[in-house]
Amino acid sequence: MCLGIPGELVEFGKDDAELAVVEISGVRRRINVGLLADEGLKPGDWVLVHVGFALSKISEDEAQAVLDALKELGQQYEEELDALRASDVG
Amino acid sequence: MRFVDEFRDAGRARALAARIAERCRPGRQYTFMEVCGGHTHTIYKHGLEDLLPPEVNLVHGPGCPVCVIPMGRVDDAIHIARQPDVIMTSFGDMTRVPGGTGSFLDAKAAGADIRMVYSPLDALTIARANPDRRVVFMAIGFETTAPSTAMTVLRAAEQGVTNFSVFCNHVMIIPAIKAILDSPDFRLDGFIGPGHVSAVIGCEPYGFIAREYAKPLVVAGFEPIDILASVLMLLDQLAEDRCEVENQYARVVPWQGNRIALSAIGRVMRLRPHFEWRGLGFIAHSALAMSDEYAAFDAERVFDLPGVRVADPKPCQCGEVLKGVLKPWECKVFGTACTPETPIGTCMVSSEGACAAYYNFGRFDREQMHRAAGEASRA
Ligand code: SF4
Repeated sequence: MCLGIPGELVEFGKDDAELAVVEISGVRRRINVGLLADEGLKPGDWVLVHVGFALSKISEDEAQAVLDALKELGQQYEEELDALRASDVG
Repeated sequence: MRFVDEFRDAGRARALAARIAERCRPGRQYTFMEVCGGHTHTIYKHGLEDLLPPEVNLVHGPGCPVCVIPMGRVDDAIHIARQPDVIMTSFGDMTRVPGGTGSFLDAKAAGADIRMVYSPLDALTIARANPDRRVVFMAIGFETTAPSTAMTVLRAAEQGVTNFSVFCNHVMIIPAIKAILDSPDFRLDGFIGPGHVSAVIGCEPYGFIAREYAKPLVVAGFEPIDILASVLMLLDQLAEDRCEVENQYARVVPWQGNRIALSAIGRVMRLRPHFEWRGLGFIAHSALAMSDEYAAFDAERVFDLPGVRVADPKPCQCGEVLKGVLKPWECKVFGTACTPETPIGTCMVSSEGACAAYYNFGRFDREQMHRAAGEASRA
């Protein structure tokens, strides 16, 4: 729950501005971007995702560094990714 | 230094460690608290304690939200989960947390419909898909997750969902730090401030720690390098007689925090007059409940709760671990009666908990060191 996972914004919700699709370690998932409405997000931007919400906008370098660190966690990261895969945010 | 070799910036880490050692005044001990469980995890995983000079001592703080949930709240959640029309949801971290009457895992085995979710929004999706059931989300976490709960409730209200409620257990980091600063056994020289919490609340709220308590705080990122850099920043402040809030993690944490997140919390939640923290006792204004405006989404008002206070099990020393007074391995039941599979205390449950982090990563090294030290002293 406390892990922030970097995701790359792929597209935004058509009829719901709070929703967007991110790609996280090869998984595409819908997340909520309402907390970053001030940031002028666009496709290709990277965000740190916490429990289904984008919490901070980050640089691509930072995203890569966080991903490397997460991969080192091994099982704990896998579990978080599994939970994310099962997630159905609407 | 076995672990250090494994991470990318081993060279930079060693250079930082050397500068840290130079910065220490000979004969002086420095004790810093890492408030956040994520930092505890990094410190043990990478063996940072072995890299730091003996003058620098890191102690773990109360910043693992699972670890501070008192047993009575788990019992209340299980009471709700047992109602025949209820689907109880929470984060996976809650699965094994022991209450006085067992854990979610036990209640599930006994037939309760308890589902682990990744996001509170998943709980809302379950509520929309099951209009004939009451769906409850057990919300836990510091300010990092509180905005997600608040935003989810706002969405539920907007979508007119009426079978969804939140059992709110959100806690706040500032009152916990204040409780530690005010405790009689306080003996810290500074704080490594939480990263993601600060992305929400910003750095300003820590100001009183520097102003009123004259202790430095550095908001830190989660990589080993971040933690070492933050320790150095703390030592620099002390050496230069400064006492400030600094932000080492500016690449993620804006100084002002997140305005939208704070206003969502402000709308949906209100301060509790007091809340019990496991191991720390009751702390005034330290947690959030649902606001009157969103009372319809408040599980504490939708359901009748037993609300019984349950004393922690006798051998449990989580309180001392959470305050940084004891190291995990100093607890009498650590690694014997209390393990991640059969936790007695909550610090052993979450991977951010100091005991679990230590059990998973630190134990063998420390044992080897002790053995080597013993052999050396006998030789
Ligand atoms: S070993 Fe178990 S009982 Fe002891 S402090 Fe850690 S979690 Fe609590």
